[in-house]
Amino acid sequence: MLRFLLRRLLIAIPTLLVIATLAFMLLHLTPGGPFDSDKVLVPQIQRAIEARYHLDEPVWRQYLRYLGQLAHGDFGPSFQYRNTSVNELIAQGLPVDAAIGSAAMLLALLLGCATGLIAATRPGSWRDQLPMGVAMLGISVPVFVTAPLLILVFAMRLHWLPAGDWVAGSWRHLLLPAVALALPYTAYIARIVRSAAIDALGQPYIRAARAKGLPPHRIVLGHALRPTLLPLVSFLGPAIAGVLTGSIVVEQVFGLPGIGHLFVTGALNRDYTVVTGITVLYGALIIGLNLLVDLCYAWLDPRVRDRA
Amino acid sequence: MAEPRETLLRLHALGVAYRRDGRELHAVDGVDLELRERECLGVVGESGSGKSQLLLALLGLSAPGARLSGSIRYRGEELVGAPAARLEAIRGRRIAIVFQDPLSALNPYLTIGTQLTEGARRQLRLGRRAAASRAAELLATVQIDAPTERLRCHPHELSGGMRQRVLIAMALMCEPEILLLDEPTTALDVTVQAQVLQLLRDLRERSGVASLFVTHDLGALASMADRVAVMYGGRLVELASAAALYAAPLHPYTAGLLRSLPRLDLPLPARLPSIPGQPPDLAELPAGCAFAPRCPLVHERCTRQPDLRVLPDGRANACHFTGSATQVDAAWIRA
Repeated sequence: MLRFLLRRLLIAIPTLLVIATLAFMLLHLTPGGPFDSDKVLVPQIQRAIEARYHLDEPVWRQYLRYLGQLAHGDFGPSFQYRNTSVNELIAQGLPVDAAIGSAAMLLALLLGCATGLIAATRPGSWRDQLPMGVAMLGISVPVFVTAPLLILVFAMRLHWLPAGDWVAGSWRHLLLPAVALALPYTAYIARIVRSAAIDALGQPYIRAARAKGLPPHRIVLGHALRPTLLPLVSFLGPAIAGVLTGSIVVEQVFGLPGIGHLFVTGALNRDYTVVTGITVLYGALIIGLNLLVDLCYAWLDPRVRDRA
Repeated sequence: MAEPRETLLRLHALGVAYRRDGRELHAVDGVDLELRERECLGVVGESGSGKSQLLLALLGLSAPGARLSGSIRYRGEELVGAPAARLEAIRGRRIAIVFQDPLSALNPYLTIGTQLTEGARRQLRLGRRAAASRAAELLATVQIDAPTERLRCHPHELSGGMRQRVLIAMALMCEPEILLLDEPTTALDVTVQAQVLQLLRDLRERSGVASLFVTHDLGALASMADRVAVMYGGRLVELASAAALYAAPLHPYTAGLLRSLPRLDLPLPARLPSIPGQPPDLAELPAGCAFAPRCPLVHERCTRQPDLRVLPDGRANACHFTGSATQVDAAWIRA
């Protein structure tokens, strides 16, 4: 198991290198640079700025310089926010996304698992069809529709919650964006749990367990839970990475200072280091979470454990 | 065989029906059977004959949507329509089952030990340790070496034969009175089949557990069963002591099944005879005798459903043709 972990961590390094390289190349291939603007600068000033950010060097040197910084965990200075490093920007934005993301994930897990399990106990009945119909709606209606609707109802009409803005540590500011972000994930999780539970409960070993005279709750918890969790776990890895790094739509609608917003404005402004930095961060999160998923798999399924 | 044996199970007009595409299918149709103490009753039939459905019905484990009719009495207690809690108390404790496919009947996520002990811990209120030592004891009984270590294994770490032995040990955990065997040797290699059959015979001799042995393999039954019931299309077509049935089958279907067994006492024919046609489709059963389309003795009267008639010598046969076994055999040879 330790060798498996070490091997996976070693593979992660070249993977991240490829991600960083691709992000770097693509950005530098895009026309325009961070300091192009309608306002024509005095050539000396333009040159001074470029020299300061090493943009006057050949690209391969910039690339090597960037990799050198990355190796030390330094994402470099932002090209747009004066005197601010990308590390600082991420440190400001990530906690906002992490708070909303984990609240959303928790909500989605609780609601999704409960709905999925209830639906699975009576497939085809109204207890199955009603929640699954709602779930289908949750998947099909995009967040940029549900988020303004939530604001309209709970902020504008009922005045229960603020319509946006971010106050660190305030659950009232957290709630609406978290719910908006949670809705599609709830729907996905409910559908995954339902089909996994129906599949698990139809297995011959469930009938064998019933033949021992075990009561229903022992059968569900003791025999059907693990196989139900497996597909959910593999969905959760990438989903958590996505939720933690921010949803640009939710941030935009609620006016939140997260890194999703940072990423998109960075791409538009050719803020090379911000975009590459967030890309590498996202890549590292995905790799880390997938490793976690594999560990969960090994923990849940003895057959996987033996293969590793 | 002189001592009087109490009847453990008495099935009367047992039916198991499903609805499919708006039609009612009778997987088991009007079966009357008795299982006595210490007896091994064989139930033979092709796939779709209803033999496995019969076993599941006895435990109240028929698939969702199945409708049970008639009566199943265990020591006089009616099980059809019994409350779920009562059935749970009987399952595993009084009536235990060994399933056909040992791989799918074992939960791949749990250890053998957990799966062996969970029934006894609930049914007999055994503690963790007591249950584990009983499980190890039974694994030794079914000839699995290093039983204590095996308890920590998962099903995928055992061979097919070992898994089947584990299932047998699992069924024995609560010392049930009745063992339901659902094709316990079908998924195994021939050599392992012989070992498992030997094991089942030993168990029976030692513990005297009564069993209902369901199989499509008349050969496997020959060394096991006291009496044999033959099922076709959900109905009982012949019931006789094993000796009488093998010596002189009365129903043309039984005769056909026996003819298709290879015999060691005769030179092997170039081709083993087989029963022409397909096992019956429950949705397309003919109006009269279900076997009529494949029967060499088919006659006009066969469009009427034959009753299972009890003959003076105690055996029972459901065929309009009342001739002797020799005549039935002759008909097969002509066919």
